[in-house]
Order: sequence, then C-alpha cells, then structure tokens
Amino acid sequence: MSTARHSTTRSLAAHGVLILYTVIALFPVFVIVVNSFKSRRAIFADPLALPTSETFDMVGYQTVLKQGDFLLYFQNSMIVTVASLFFVLLFGAMAAFALSEYRFRGNLLMGLYLALGIMIPIRLGTVAILQIMVASGLVNTLTALILVYTAQGLPLAVFILSEFMRGVSDDLKNAGRIDGLSEYTIFLRLVLPLVRPAMATVAVFTMIPIWNDLWFPLILAPSEATKTITLGSQVFIGQFVTNWNAVLAALGLAIVPVLVLYLIFSRQLIRGITAGAVK
Amino acid sequence: MGDLTLANVTKSFGATQVIKGVNLAVNDGEFCVFVGPSGCGKSTLLRMIAGLEDVTSGDVRIDGERINDLAPAKREIAMVFQSYALYPHLTVRDNMGLALKQAGKPRAEIAAATEKAAEMLDLGPLMARRPSELSGGQRQRVAIGRAIVRTPKLFLFDEPLSNLDAALRVATRIEIARLHRELGATMIYVTHDQVEAMTLADKIVVLRAGRVEQVGRPMDIYNDPDNTFVAGFIGSPQMNFLKSGPFGLRSDTLGIRPEHLEISASTGQIEGRVSHVEKLGGETLTYIRTADHELLTVRQFGEHDHPVEQTVWLTPDQSRAFHFDAEGQRLRA
Repeated sequence: MSTARHSTTRSLAAHGVLILYTVIALFPVFVIVVNSFKSRRAIFADPLALPTSETFDMVGYQTVLKQGDFLLYFQNSMIVTVASLFFVLLFGAMAAFALSEYRFRGNLLMGLYLALGIMIPIRLGTVAILQIMVASGLVNTLTALILVYTAQGLPLAVFILSEFMRGVSDDLKNAGRIDGLSEYTIFLRLVLPLVRPAMATVAVFTMIPIWNDLWFPLILAPSEATKTITLGSQVFIGQFVTNWNAVLAALGLAIVPVLVLYLIFSRQLIRGITAGAVK
Repeated sequence: MGDLTLANVTKSFGATQVIKGVNLAVNDGEFCVFVGPSGCGKSTLLRMIAGLEDVTSGDVRIDGERINDLAPAKREIAMVFQSYALYPHLTVRDNMGLALKQAGKPRAEIAAATEKAAEMLDLGPLMARRPSELSGGQRQRVAIGRAIVRTPKLFLFDEPLSNLDAALRVATRIEIARLHRELGATMIYVTHDQVEAMTLADKIVVLRAGRVEQVGRPMDIYNDPDNTFVAGFIGSPQMNFLKSGPFGLRSDTLGIRPEHLEISASTGQIEGRVSHVEKLGGETLTYIRTADHELLTVRQFGEHDHPVEQTVWLTPDQSRAFHFDAEGQRLRA
C-alpha cells in the first residue's frame, strides 16, 4: 500500500514539475499569439489579457499579408529548411553508416572530428564564411544558406545516427551481403528504416534552429528575393517605431509551418528519445 | 559439389592474432561442426569462410578454387544467423526469394524454388507474413528456408539454435539433421554446445584460442581425445581429472568419465565426502569432494541415494582411463 501511495506522490510531483516547465516554455508563444490579435493600444495597456470584443483587431495580420512579399519569405524559409534538412539527414546518415560499419584507419579520430562541430558554434566562422560566399558569388542566394545550415546540422546528425546505427544488428547487414545486396541497398533499405526514430529526432533538432535563425539570412542573404520569414519580420521593427501588431502577427504565422513539421516527426521523435532509456 | 579447404588460414585484428593458422578439409556433403568455448575464434573462422571478414593470410578454397577475395554473394554460400536476420520490411516469401532476385533469376524460377523450400519446412501458411508476426522458431525456419532456396555449395550456420528454448532447440536440431540428409549438401555449423556438435556432426572441429585442437568423428573424439582440453570439453557431465601420483602411474593426469568411476560405501581407492546429489530420473549424478583430487563427479544409471556428507569410496575403471602428461597432451600406451 505504502509503495502505491508513494508512487502516486512521486508521479504527481513529476507531473507538477513538467506542467510548470510546459507553462514557462509556452508562455512567450502564448503572449505572441494572444497579442497578435489585439489592437496596438491594447497590447501595451495589458499585454497578458486575452483579446476581447473591444480589443480584438486583425490589423497585424492585414499589414503582414498586404506587405505582399510575406508569401515569398515563407517560401524561402521553407525551401532553406527543407533542403538543409534533406542534406543533413542524407549526408549525416551516410557518414554515420561509414563510421559505424567500416573498420578503417582513423575511424575514431574521424568520428571525433565530425562531432567537434557540436561544441564549436558555427557563427565564430561568420567572417570566413562570408568571404567564401563572396568569392564564390553565392551571396544573396538561398544556396548559401542551405550550405551553411547543412554544415551546422551535420555534427549532431552524425553523432546521434552513428550511435543508433551501431545498434543495428550486424547479422542483418551480413545477411544482406550474402544475398548480394550492394552496400547502398543495405544502407537505404535495411539500415535507414530501422533508425527512423533517430532520423526524426535529428530532423526536429536540426529544423528548429534553422527555421528560427536570423543571423545568417541577415549576413548572407538579406536581399528582398531571398529574405526568410524571421528576417522579413524585421521590417516592422524600426529604429524609432516598431509595428508590434505586424511583428507579432508575422511571428505567429511563422510558428505554423514548423509546428506542422514537428507534428509529422513527433511520433518518431518520442520513440527516438526514449529508445535508449526504455530498452 | 561443395568441398571446403582451409590452408594455413590466419586472422589478425591489429596486433592480436585471433586465428592462428588453421588447416582443415571438409568433404562434399559433410556436416562439419566447429565447437569451442566463447572467444575461441569459431565464429570468426565461419565469417572468414563467408567472406564477411578478410583473411589475413592463407587460402580459403571451395571446390579447389581460391575465394579469399571473392565477395560473399559470389561464393555460392548461404548463412543462417543466431539472430535470424530476416529482412523486417519483406514478407516471408520475399525474404526467401531475395537472393535469387538479386542474382537476376526469372520470376517463375524464384517462385518454384521458394515454394519447394517452403514445403520442405512446412512454411506454407506463413508465406505472406512479415518476420515481426512470427515466433522465434518460425523465424529460424524461415531463415533456414532462405538458405535452402539458394541451393548453395556450402551452408553456414552461426549458432542457429542459441536463441530458441530447450524444446524448440531439440526439434530444430532434428529438422536440420533431416535437411542435411535430404539435401546432401555440405554444412558448416558453429556452436558452443557440445551436445549439438555430438548429435549433428559427421566431423567435429574442436577449437581453442584460434587453434584447432582436434578434428574427428564425434565418437572418435569422445573415445580418443588428444588432450585434456578436448577430453574436458566433449562429454557431459565433464570428464574427471585425477592426479596420477596416488595411483603410482608415470603420467601426470588421469582422465576418467563420470560413468567409469565406481562408488562404494565401504571400499575403494579414493576417499571422499558426498557434496551434492542430482537425481535426473534416468541417471543420478553425485558430486564428491576428495582431499587429493578436489570435486569429482560420478554418474550412475537409475536412481541412487547417497546422503550428503556421507563418506564414500571411489574406484576408477583403469581400462577406461585416459593418461595425460604435464602439458595436458595425451599419453597413448
């Protein structure tokens, strides 16, 4: 009896902590969404109040949509995120497969070298990256962003995926070899489906920083044609006047696509995170 | 056809040599079992034959042709793994047919070969299922079926029964023996279980630390072991090793199987106390602690009662004893 009561208290406490964390984490999102539906005066009068019939105002969204280019900004963000994600997962998985599957001289060193990027922020190399992009004529192209984000996402992808791929049964890969499957087929058809949860985990962890990034779009692709949504929202933030309705509306809209992507991956994500702990 | 020759085969991982020069000939149609304790290199040797590990030096030949540098798929072998290793995304039928499909065989031929193998192993009702919907025993039968479909020169089994429970293990063992008789193919089978080795093999290869200790037919190895390692490894319960000194013999060690030690409450050559009794119904195993020879095992057929801590006397049947020198090598009279 006592253990049962004990575990109830413990699970209550655990849920309490988790709920508190959820509230804290969601609070800024909540404030953004709520205020994006209010008039400018109401935002400043009482930032935490829900919109009422008096304070409800769609002016922010109207401004954003009238600005016209927002669809383009969304499209740019989408292209950059999805393309980077694709390359991170593809190259990350390939490198991880090589590191986990083949014995070669310098395997361990290569693994460490590839994982080093997790600890060194890529922004430290901004100047050099900009010089490279200028030299190769890639400034103000989405390609520049895709290249940088792919580099940024690879270390974590290689690190996580190689750990998971070590867990894939050797017998299965060997059975494939004896049956005459090529190494590419073994990688694509046997190993990748088995590490799908890990791929989803990597996808989510890679996708969110890319979608939210302001730094590299600002430096590498600030032209009108290549602006991403986070950079595009900045037009409403002026040195003297900031159109808060529009900023909040733009950010509120920017949450939607990333939320959709997250929902697609989330089922697999949970399996990926808990796989090590539960098994 | 499918005979296998290993000539001076070695394998090193970095500076450590794990296979230290193995010479072996397996004839066409023979069932050859590699047996030894874990870490003796038996699985590594099998994987070298399969082409999954490089051969550091020496030759691996199938039908006289050197295959050291041939890819696994080109060696005309099939392998059955301990963990079944079925393709999770394919049905039983596709699992069995994949190798032929990869080899570019016509669809009708694949279907015929798959059906034939399924019939042999009674897999008919399972053909449309995926591996996740099968029990362990069914999965291993599918894995064996996948090997049969290829009609390989050489079947390789890597501890195929180790993941099965005891009853299923016996049933599958009999199944494998039947398949060997029906197919007449050459089979190489790796196990750490000497019972599997004794019951299945035409030829047993006992390995220790990357070296072949003895090769022979099961009964030859049982009745005529070359050294204390083979004598102790083959046969269950294990052979007793007695110090020869007290018997006034020239040898260092006297090996005697548990059934060849006579136990008596009154007279005998070795005094000891009963430490534990195991009654198995058909036979009784009595463990006896002695001053000179440590723990000895006596095997008697039928049911026998020996109270624990009772003093008993043991007499080895000298005509059935094996004599070994200080290095553990057999001294033959």
